[in-house]
Amino acid sequence: MSASVLGPSTQAGPVPVPDEGRRRFRWRRSEEPYKVNWWLTALLVVLALTIMIPLYFAIVTSLKTTDQLGGTGFGLPDRVRWSNFADAWRLTNFPNAALNSAIITVGAVVLTLFTNSMVAYAIARNMHRRLFRILFYYFVSALFVPFPIIMLPVAKLTAILHLDNHSGLILLYVVYGLAFNIFIFTAYINSIPRELEEAAVTDGASTWGVFWRIIFPLLAPMNATVGILTCLWAWNDFLLPLVILSDPGSATLPLVQYVFQTQFQTNYPAAFASYLMAMAPLLIVYLFAQRWVISGVTRGAIK
Amino acid sequence: MAVDTPTRPDSAPEAAPRPARPDRTRIPRAFYVMVLPAFLLFFVFHTIPVLQGIYYSFTDSPGYGPAEFVGFRNYIALFTDGRVLHAYWFTLLIAAVATILVNVIALAIALGLNSKIKFKTTLRGVYFIPNVLAILVVGYIFSYLFNNSLPALATSLGIDSLSTSLLTDAKTAWIGIVILAVWQAAAFNIIIYIAGLQTVPQELYEASAIDGASPWRQFRSVTFPMIAGFFTINMVLSLKTFLQIFDHIIALTNGGPGTDTESVSVLIYKGGFQGGEYGYQSANSVLFFVIIVVLSITQLRVLQRREVSV
Repeated sequence: MSASVLGPSTQAGPVPVPDEGRRRFRWRRSEEPYKVNWWLTALLVVLALTIMIPLYFAIVTSLKTTDQLGGTGFGLPDRVRWSNFADAWRLTNFPNAALNSAIITVGAVVLTLFTNSMVAYAIARNMHRRLFRILFYYFVSALFVPFPIIMLPVAKLTAILHLDNHSGLILLYVVYGLAFNIFIFTAYINSIPRELEEAAVTDGASTWGVFWRIIFPLLAPMNATVGILTCLWAWNDFLLPLVILSDPGSATLPLVQYVFQTQFQTNYPAAFASYLMAMAPLLIVYLFAQRWVISGVTRGAIK
Repeated sequence: MAVDTPTRPDSAPEAAPRPARPDRTRIPRAFYVMVLPAFLLFFVFHTIPVLQGIYYSFTDSPGYGPAEFVGFRNYIALFTDGRVLHAYWFTLLIAAVATILVNVIALAIALGLNSKIKFKTTLRGVYFIPNVLAILVVGYIFSYLFNNSLPALATSLGIDSLSTSLLTDAKTAWIGIVILAVWQAAAFNIIIYIAGLQTVPQELYEASAIDGASPWRQFRSVTFPMIAGFFTINMVLSLKTFLQIFDHIIALTNGGPGTDTESVSVLIYKGGFQGGEYGYQSANSVLFFVIIVVLSITQLRVLQRREVSV
């Protein structure tokens, strides 16, 4: 994932976006002595353990030998068995699955950003025309269609069209993302003053030129939001790959865990090593890009 | 989160004093070209499958080969099928409990994370972690915790009722599923609530503090009304998501013991893909669709009415 996808909030859009730093500053000013509530801090730290404990558990279990299992399993391993990771790597064919997940995720994110923003732009700027208004509600209404209703027909359709592979999955993420993405993109585009576009048009820019050179760059903050949400969705999704992909070799990381779980049920340390390896890539990206991820999601919520 | 639609979309072109005419000469083509591919793809991969699903719901198709038209027989059968009724009951139970718990917990934690605490950014970062992890994978970790660690812990503490796995007992398995659902979903809701809390003007708190309002009173009369819109969105989205619960159940119980923890989505998947009940489960998904829409709209109406009256 490139840095531009998670664009830092320095590229402030036309809308004043609440920024962590600025907000804290204003707050301090209004209430001069900033008194830290230590009791609350302690409480929140203790509650945060509920999130860290399962992760800790996964790590210690992945380092044990099978005969060290048993009991509550929270103790540290007596001897660390790193080869669990090697086993999991081999048994799940990890590089292959990780590559599949990466291809699908990157493809879905890039295509979603380019296409969904464009569709939203066309709709947002023509909402006064009935056709585009209908189109807007047509796309957005898909938010309420549960996936199970299309699950069976789509599996058939993609099989017939030979799309029961990576490209088919990417396509489906892009198309099914429309419902929500149009919703948040149009809200944001409505807040961009039209004068900018009119000025560009007088200078001779075409509609395409206006979109690519003016609107798309201005959408950076929303692109970050949509990019992050699409990335999380495509990477972690289980049901869509389960029903669409036909070739086991094209399985994604969650799908591989499913197969692993059913086939090698008793090898718990290797299973946990495999879970950790499946979670690691996004977790690492998240640790470094934490601020952007959270502010990106927040921005999507405020619109 | 509201989308601004033009205040008064002009249906009669001649009555429009707005730049409808100059627009018409300037806009066309490119905008149509922008939406056309998306429309076609959406139609082919979303609308047609929906229509096909509805069509198959009136047939006895097993998913392959020829199928016979059976009218409403599938729909009638659904209402007398114990497995289906149980799946609906179970799904509604999980969805209702999880929606309420997620929102209460997320709102409480968001309030904490939005107040004067130390390590604010780090803590927010930690609380968001579950949302970047795949539910299925987290589910497998929880499954081991519920099946092995928790009973071991209970045994050593002498709590007999917990000494066997939650998940193997039909009566308690739903608790495990709700715990996983809440653990994973709270993260996203917390962030949305924090976003909402940041829109509340600080001056309101200062004013109510001068009036001597207690913290609880402040929450009830200032904070909550101000973030009512966020509450509505979170409640509606949570319910909709939890009604379609799938990964959690596959990871924790795989629908078992027997079919006791099957949600509607799991049932449709199993029956439709593995059980040769393609037509029958299509009818089930159409019914499910209707129920989700009705529940979502009702919920939206009720919550929005409350929003206004506060």
